[in-house]
Amino acid sequence: MKLNRRSFIKSAAAGSAIAAAGSIFPGISFAGWQKQEDASGNITWQKAPCRFCGTGCGVLVGMSGDRAVAVKGDPNCSVNKGLCCVKGFHSVQALYGKDRLKKAQVRKNGKMVEVPIAEALDVIADKIKETITKHGKDSVAMYGSGQWTIPDGYVASKLFKGCLGTNNVEANARLCMASAVTGFMTSFGIDEPMGCYEDIEHADVFVTWGNNMAEMHPVLFSRMLASRKRKRDVTIIDFATRTTRSSQASDKSILFKPNTDLAVANAICYEIIRNDWVNWDFVKKHTSFHKGKTNIGYGTEDHFSFKDKPEDISFEEYKTFLQDYTPEKVERISGVSAKDIKYLASLYGDPSKKVTSFWCMGMNQHVRGTWINNLVYNIHLLTGKISTPGNSPFSLTGQPSACGTVREVGTLTHKLPYGVVMKEGARKKAEKIWGLPAGSIDPKPTYHTVEMFRALDRGDIRFMWIQVTNPMITMPNLNRYRDGALKEDRFVVVSDVYPTPTTDVADVILPATMWVEQEGMYGNSERRTQHFDRIVPGPGDTMSDTWQIIEVARRLGFEKQFPWGEDEYIGKIWEEYRQFHDNPKHNMAPYEVLKARSGVQWPFVNGKETRWRFNTKHDPACKKGTDFDFYGKKDGKAWIWARPYEPAAESPDQEYNFWLNTGRVIEHWHTGSMTRRVPVLHNAVPEAYVELNPEDASDLGVVNGEKVKIISRRGSVTMKASINGRGVPPRGMVFVPFFDESYKINEVTLDAFCPISKQPDYKKCAVRLEKA
Amino acid sequence: MPILSYLVLPQAGAKEQLCADLAAIEYCEIIPADNEEAVVLVTDTPDEETEKNLQKMLKNLSSLQSISMTFGHNAEL
Ligand code: SF4
Repeated sequence: MKLNRRSFIKSAAAGSAIAAAGSIFPGISFAGWQKQEDASGNITWQKAPCRFCGTGCGVLVGMSGDRAVAVKGDPNCSVNKGLCCVKGFHSVQALYGKDRLKKAQVRKNGKMVEVPIAEALDVIADKIKETITKHGKDSVAMYGSGQWTIPDGYVASKLFKGCLGTNNVEANARLCMASAVTGFMTSFGIDEPMGCYEDIEHADVFVTWGNNMAEMHPVLFSRMLASRKRKRDVTIIDFATRTTRSSQASDKSILFKPNTDLAVANAICYEIIRNDWVNWDFVKKHTSFHKGKTNIGYGTEDHFSFKDKPEDISFEEYKTFLQDYTPEKVERISGVSAKDIKYLASLYGDPSKKVTSFWCMGMNQHVRGTWINNLVYNIHLLTGKISTPGNSPFSLTGQPSACGTVREVGTLTHKLPYGVVMKEGARKKAEKIWGLPAGSIDPKPTYHTVEMFRALDRGDIRFMWIQVTNPMITMPNLNRYRDGALKEDRFVVVSDVYPTPTTDVADVILPATMWVEQEGMYGNSERRTQHFDRIVPGPGDTMSDTWQIIEVARRLGFEKQFPWGEDEYIGKIWEEYRQFHDNPKHNMAPYEVLKARSGVQWPFVNGKETRWRFNTKHDPACKKGTDFDFYGKKDGKAWIWARPYEPAAESPDQEYNFWLNTGRVIEHWHTGSMTRRVPVLHNAVPEAYVELNPEDASDLGVVNGEKVKIISRRGSVTMKASINGRGVPPRGMVFVPFFDESYKINEVTLDAFCPISKQPDYKKCAVRLEKA
Repeated sequence: MPILSYLVLPQAGAKEQLCADLAAIEYCEIIPADNEEAVVLVTDTPDEETEKNLQKMLKNLSSLQSISMTFGHNAEL
């Protein structure tokens, strides 16, 4: 019997791979394979999006009784066509870690004590009331996540912005996607990519800008490699600051010095114009030229503020601006040879080639993150390679719902589900949908994430509720913000699934359900909303983050705004939320459609998804009679920006002579609080390490596995050296992954940010090294 | 006791070599495509340690260009 079941499962495994191969290589045949009858081995399968990155792969979760025992890529999901990665497969194991938080805890006489969850919710509601009475409405805050489901973020915004009247709502997507948003807003006047993953099969050239897709977006990377295998004339260029697995699999790896991608992007534009590779028809009809302020600062001081002042410029002025960026001049700044710059320009400039640019944290966690987003759009706009299949500047997301929950629901201080708090029309719309009196929503944004934690440290914020994120690992310049959270008279509530350094600073811990233990929706990088059902029961007293907020809202007297029953609330919330986007530029699919499909892309108009926005052939929101319509901007045009190269906030000097770069590894999700509890993933990379260039290691007298102390002006961490491991930095740089709470690398990083997006730069600060 | 399946792509022109390499590894079963440079691999290992070693061996195959998981089952869950 056991053997039979095993062979059934193996047949199902083979069937999945064959289905995936069929989606990726149409017409592929496997004559040697005989499908077995009932190959499922009594496993029942239910669809869900994977929760471990922004790619948004559709997976099928295999259930045996009420336990999830298997995962396969969903062949009906166009994102991954049946593929998944090692994290995706192990996602079900993350549900079953031994130390899952199953009971609520409240700090009593300095000690965390288990209590019934209803008592903990009472404590939270009382504390919110007391804090507002003593210190005003802006002394309470909610800090959420790009791993929040859409309903989680929606009810958080409704309670805090609508009912309590404070704009103290932020989410960790500020740390990963804010520059992408401001990049879109400044170039196109509307957020989120114009293209979709289908661009991968159409493109002839891929340029990955500071983006190690082989580890961070492995399924999309596999699709790129499969496309190269199938079409044979596909070129992949890895443009990065260190050598990674992506570099090894690409056709050419080009390394640049940190922050100088700004100069290289301008040099590519210089070359495109010099060689007359400009698509004049497109540029004249669909673009306009602009400049903004320069020398804009780095935000390292409290209360930093910045407002850009856009000015129109002519094409000739833009061309003059680019004179500072000849390939030869930029070679000296960037370390990229003039020949390689010209090569990159020729790929973008060749009218016969379709080009897709991918980026993620490298361009977004950047003190000039908005600018570098603008500059890559410039390249695509000058050549007219945009909004058509295969021609795509594509900003990828890191988290499963950074787009769906944070960008679309608007869980940032200045945002509402539709529009911004500063606009009366947007406030009125929200107040009407939320059944609140006019004037309930404050027209002034309060704190972006870094400033919110500074406000907690200063005492301007006294109460903070943190859900689905672990800021006591992820905040840059961490020592300051942890000390701030621990100060007298600060009250911190943390909703999570496992103990973390953030639950360590909590006064109340709420045990949360995770992923498919609750119903919800995510929104991935390509404007795809993905619904999932509650497939497995949550353990103990666990409660969804949405329901926790609803319970507290009702205790605060907002029953009218949160009237739904436990068996219907997700559908009801979705249909209420959908009203905010009821227009052809952003229409979302109805609940029943979402439930039935493996994700639906918005704008969803007249029953159809929109795959390429701004292109009249594909996007019903475009004005008729024109081929493209960049309708996000009042002038209907996409904006080309003159943005200069400016250096990082802190660069290596005599004393601190190395760059520190931080990031992730494929096996671990962010701070590792889930993936480190999965034995296979934990054993694959059991602890963090510092990658060193072999020559630097030799100068330091360090061999693989020996300890190195990394010291910055803010803190230090001692960890093992990795030399010629999976990543190799150039001389003068070290790289540390941030997944391991035993080595808090963010005690070393700097809280400098892009003045426009307010997103911190985790990729660049100055450190020195000592052999430990 | 994981059972996993993958879609595996060989290095240019190395499909036969890849099939030979994979077939020589214990716990691996392969189904090569007849008309494309792609191979389906099903692995069935008795324990996590063996699985870990197998993963290492797969990563080191010079005939292999990319390997993407499509299915995973773990009876111990
Ligand atoms: S690529 Fe991302 S979404 Fe897809 S399976 Fe892996 S972790 Fe999940």
